[in-house]
Amino acid sequence: MQHFISPVLWQFLVKWLTHFAIFPPEASTIAPYADALYFFLIVISVIGLGAVAFLVAFFSIRYRQSRNPVATQIEGSTLLEATWTIIPLILFMITFVWGALLYFRIYSPPPNAMNIYVVGKQWMWKIEHPGGQHEINALHIPIDQPIQLTLISQDVFHSFSVPAFRVKREVIPGRYNTVWFEATRPGVYHLFCTQYCGTLHSQMIGWVYAMKPEDYQAWAAGSTSGHSLAQNGERLFASLGCNSCHNSTPNAHGPNLANVYGSHVQLANGQVTTVDDAFLRDTILNPTLHEVAGYAPIMPTYQGQVSEDGLIDLVEYIKRLDSNYRIDQTIDNSAGQPVQTGATPGGTSAPPLAPGAVKP
Amino acid sequence: MDSHAIAAQTAEPAQLEHEHPAFLRHHFENVAQQREAATFGMWLFLLTEIMFFGGLFCAYLIFRNWYYPAFVAGSHTLHIWAGTLNTTLLIISSFTMAMAVHAAEVRHRTPLLRWMIITIVLGCGFLCVKAYEWHDEWVNHHVPGLNFSIREFTHTNPAYPADKPLAPDMAEKTQIYYSLYFVMTGMHALHMIIGVGLLTILLIRARAGAFTNGHIAPVENFGLYWHFVDIVWIFLFPLLYLISRHQ
Amino acid sequence: MSTIVSLPDQSTARLPKVSYLNKEYGLKSWLLTGDHKRIAVLYMISITFFFFIGGAMAALIRLQLLTPYSDLLAEDTYNKVFTAHGLIMVFFFLVPSVPATIGNFLIPIMVGAKDLAFPKINLLSWYLYVAAGIMMLCVLTFGGVDTGWTFTTPLSTHYLNTNVVTAGLAVFVAGFSSIFTGLNFIVTIHRMRAPGMTWFRLPLFVWSHYAASILMVLGTPVLAITLVLVVLERTIGIGVFDPTKGGDPLLFQHLFWFYSHPAVYIMILPGMGVISEVISTFSRKRVFGYTAVAFSSVAIAVFGFFVWAHHMFIMGISNYSALVFSLLTMLVAVPSAIKIFNWAATLYKGSITFETPMLYAFGFLGLFTIGGLTGVFLGSLGMDIHLTETYFIVAHFHFVMVGGMLMAYLAGVHFWWPKITGRMYPEGVSRLAAVTTFIGFVLTFFPQFVLGYLGMPRRYAAYPPEFQVLNVFSSAGATVLGIGYLLPLLYLTWSLKYGKIAGPNPWQATGLEWQIQSPPLTENFEKTPIVTHEAYDYEWLANKTKNEVTTVG
Repeated sequence: MQHFISPVLWQFLVKWLTHFAIFPPEASTIAPYADALYFFLIVISVIGLGAVAFLVAFFSIRYRQSRNPVATQIEGSTLLEATWTIIPLILFMITFVWGALLYFRIYSPPPNAMNIYVVGKQWMWKIEHPGGQHEINALHIPIDQPIQLTLISQDVFHSFSVPAFRVKREVIPGRYNTVWFEATRPGVYHLFCTQYCGTLHSQMIGWVYAMKPEDYQAWAAGSTSGHSLAQNGERLFASLGCNSCHNSTPNAHGPNLANVYGSHVQLANGQVTTVDDAFLRDTILNPTLHEVAGYAPIMPTYQGQVSEDGLIDLVEYIKRLDSNYRIDQTIDNSAGQPVQTGATPGGTSAPPLAPGAVKP
Repeated sequence: MDSHAIAAQTAEPAQLEHEHPAFLRHHFENVAQQREAATFGMWLFLLTEIMFFGGLFCAYLIFRNWYYPAFVAGSHTLHIWAGTLNTTLLIISSFTMAMAVHAAEVRHRTPLLRWMIITIVLGCGFLCVKAYEWHDEWVNHHVPGLNFSIREFTHTNPAYPADKPLAPDMAEKTQIYYSLYFVMTGMHALHMIIGVGLLTILLIRARAGAFTNGHIAPVENFGLYWHFVDIVWIFLFPLLYLISRHQ
Repeated sequence: MSTIVSLPDQSTARLPKVSYLNKEYGLKSWLLTGDHKRIAVLYMISITFFFFIGGAMAALIRLQLLTPYSDLLAEDTYNKVFTAHGLIMVFFFLVPSVPATIGNFLIPIMVGAKDLAFPKINLLSWYLYVAAGIMMLCVLTFGGVDTGWTFTTPLSTHYLNTNVVTAGLAVFVAGFSSIFTGLNFIVTIHRMRAPGMTWFRLPLFVWSHYAASILMVLGTPVLAITLVLVVLERTIGIGVFDPTKGGDPLLFQHLFWFYSHPAVYIMILPGMGVISEVISTFSRKRVFGYTAVAFSSVAIAVFGFFVWAHHMFIMGISNYSALVFSLLTMLVAVPSAIKIFNWAATLYKGSITFETPMLYAFGFLGLFTIGGLTGVFLGSLGMDIHLTETYFIVAHFHFVMVGGMLMAYLAGVHFWWPKITGRMYPEGVSRLAAVTTFIGFVLTFFPQFVLGYLGMPRRYAAYPPEFQVLNVFSSAGATVLGIGYLLPLLYLTWSLKYGKIAGPNPWQATGLEWQIQSPPLTENFEKTPIVTHEAYDYEWLANKTKNEVTTVG
């Protein structure tokens, strides 16, 4: 065959045939549902377009001037107007409901989802597993396990997209966004940044490695940095001086953080709110907006002193904190340390800022 | 040829003036249509101005809701005497502008000029007070991005001893308050400056008798613009100056 | 092929002795004119100029995307090229295209007036456009801007060192050009209709422009204030969009899209007006369901204000807020569907001919339907998650804007060319150009739907190699499309000197503009018309022509 047509053309054709795929692989539990909606939309579009094209073609041929020299003036027809208003409206409402159900599903993570943090920055993805595995532009995950991604940007808007899973979420500075999925097929899938973010926007790409659970365990064991995020968080917690107010001494200045994650707290303004990731992060940065009832509003802000990675470590730490035992121990040790200021029980009102706090 | 032009060529001068006043533009059928179109156009333009300021009011609404203590603290640093004086000046200037429109309607040139001049003076007075206020903000390090400092807010304000000083993170949010303060009063002042400029031009033309011959639409419509700028200030004043002042 | 074209005898026909074109001579008479028709011609020249610059940018984009690597342009350059393409095409071509050229020319004539309500403001509008255009050219000359046409913060406020401020101010000035045009139209339509010209006797072209003008007047100021805030944040550092200062970048998104969604209806509604006129004329029939089409235009304008957050579904707005906006998006799609069916029904029992404007109108019907339907894909929340920010979006908006709006613009230019210039364009080559454009368009943009579903992100200078085949198809189509757009530039210019004399009504159309000479007098009408017939009244026209002797000159 290559002798009859140009080798270039042949190569082109081969490439085309082998790469001929109009859909990305269906690699998550939600992908078939997204594809089903897409099929439905294609079908109603083909029908709609077909109807219009047929009418236009048929009328313009049947009523062309040579066949129909005199036009018949027709004002309109309320019945027809009603028909072609109501039928599209019904189809669009079906689309709306179906799409809304799919959307709520994708953006409402199940409670047993494994959480992985993603920090986007120009121009790379930093992925942080709670067990201490850190990846750049790669995401290893086990299949058959709901995974929640907690996303935040260090600088501009990005967008985390995995076409094979049919999920995408904007990654913005200033607050967490989440998305979840459950991979079904082992494989390697594209990961893209889809929100224009500057010069190397098109290089902010990577791979998602969906692995069988045992392979994932092997990978996790072999890739850990040795410290989990929570362990990093514990160190930060002490070095930033958080332990001086948030401990279980009788006159502690700050609320007890053991088991606080997921609980309901009453704020100073009377509102009751649930302590989630966003609450924790924002309280560290803007404590005055989240004053808890019963405590003096003396918590300093750590804006500018902790990076997004550090905040993730702290959030992870507090999430898993179920006892103040180790915190209380650090206080006892720190009483003799000149670096930790104003940390005497009975308390002063000076905020215990730790100069030289290390940003991980 | 246009029927009006044909009529004009053959008519006597007196008839000419009645049929076709000098200020009637040729694409209008008659003076009434021209006047209605101009007024409608001005109202429509004012609608666009509402949308323009609307974006800022929207932002203000959201941020005041989020950072109320910061907005209170920021508002308390503004001089209420200045704001009140400005409000008074503007309300009086709206009155004088309305009087100017009336003078034009009854074709009295001297009162028209007088009322216009007073309006200009009041407008300039407003701008002077505003300039003083802005200078004051600069001196006190309240200009966001340029020389902003939160020090004043983390200590007690002697004028409002009941106000607690803000925590540093809430004090940082005062920068948002001042951003909105400067953009909103700045946009308003820009509209005032344009207004004073336009009114000066109208004054010069009024002196030549342009608006005391039945052609009152420009004065009338400028009056609408001036009243609108006044109304924007009536909203800005309580929103910016009067947050939690009842103590 | 049968045709309805009826031209005067070319051996004796002459252009009219006096028209708006030769009433006065000299550059000053053009640059200081108040005549809406001359201003329309000035606009036509300017937007054509910008169209070809934007088109050159498009050519660079498609050339770059022939290969998966950044081997033609560096990433930064590519980013500047697609930003320029977007800014120029949206603000300097699409928004003013039909309203400022064809609308300016025809609205006064169609309502029976001598000019727009505010001729000086009309001229000011053009000067603002030119000033904005010059600022944009300065941006392009002095290093470009690479924010994307959407100026997303915090990228545009804190993370770029290109000409963001100048570009933002250029768009700000262009916005006022648009506001003044809309203001002029609304006042003219309300207050300057000729005796007997009631609202429901107005051509649907006027209704569309009325609806678009409402959007221009109410929506554009919000863009203006948003750009002011971006410029201030960038220059002096106010922090309304900066989370570290307590601001919110999502606030920018809300303010920006509050204008930019109605903007797309500003762009399409005037085009839909053209389609109504063209389909009616070339079927020799009144538009089916006149009232429905008129009210649909207004409905699109009203609903268009309430759907902006469908550009933000994945950004972290609350799920319930997303529900509301998705529902409203579905509702705004319905009036467009109504119009398409009404136009198709107009063909029923008509007497149809296939001159160039009609070919463009057919192209519009097919391509806008596809574009509009894919909008429903995107309005459906769960589907939008997968499709947004990919080439599916790019394909969607090019189908509605280029396959829809640009085709409508070309239909309008061809349809009213004899009225504006007094001369006919050459029918043969123009039909060829129309077909070429259609084929080129489909070849360029249909593969992009597939690319989008596959996940190829937009604004990428380089992409994974498996997307290359579809990109090559797309670039090949772009070449054909480019030819399709160059041809009219050539033959329309040619026709100015060599085109056949058209006479007042070569299409035997209804509408007041066809009852006056081509090109029209400066004051449009010799005497103010008194309207006694409905819009698209072909029986009235038949009676009138029977009793008239047509002379030219």
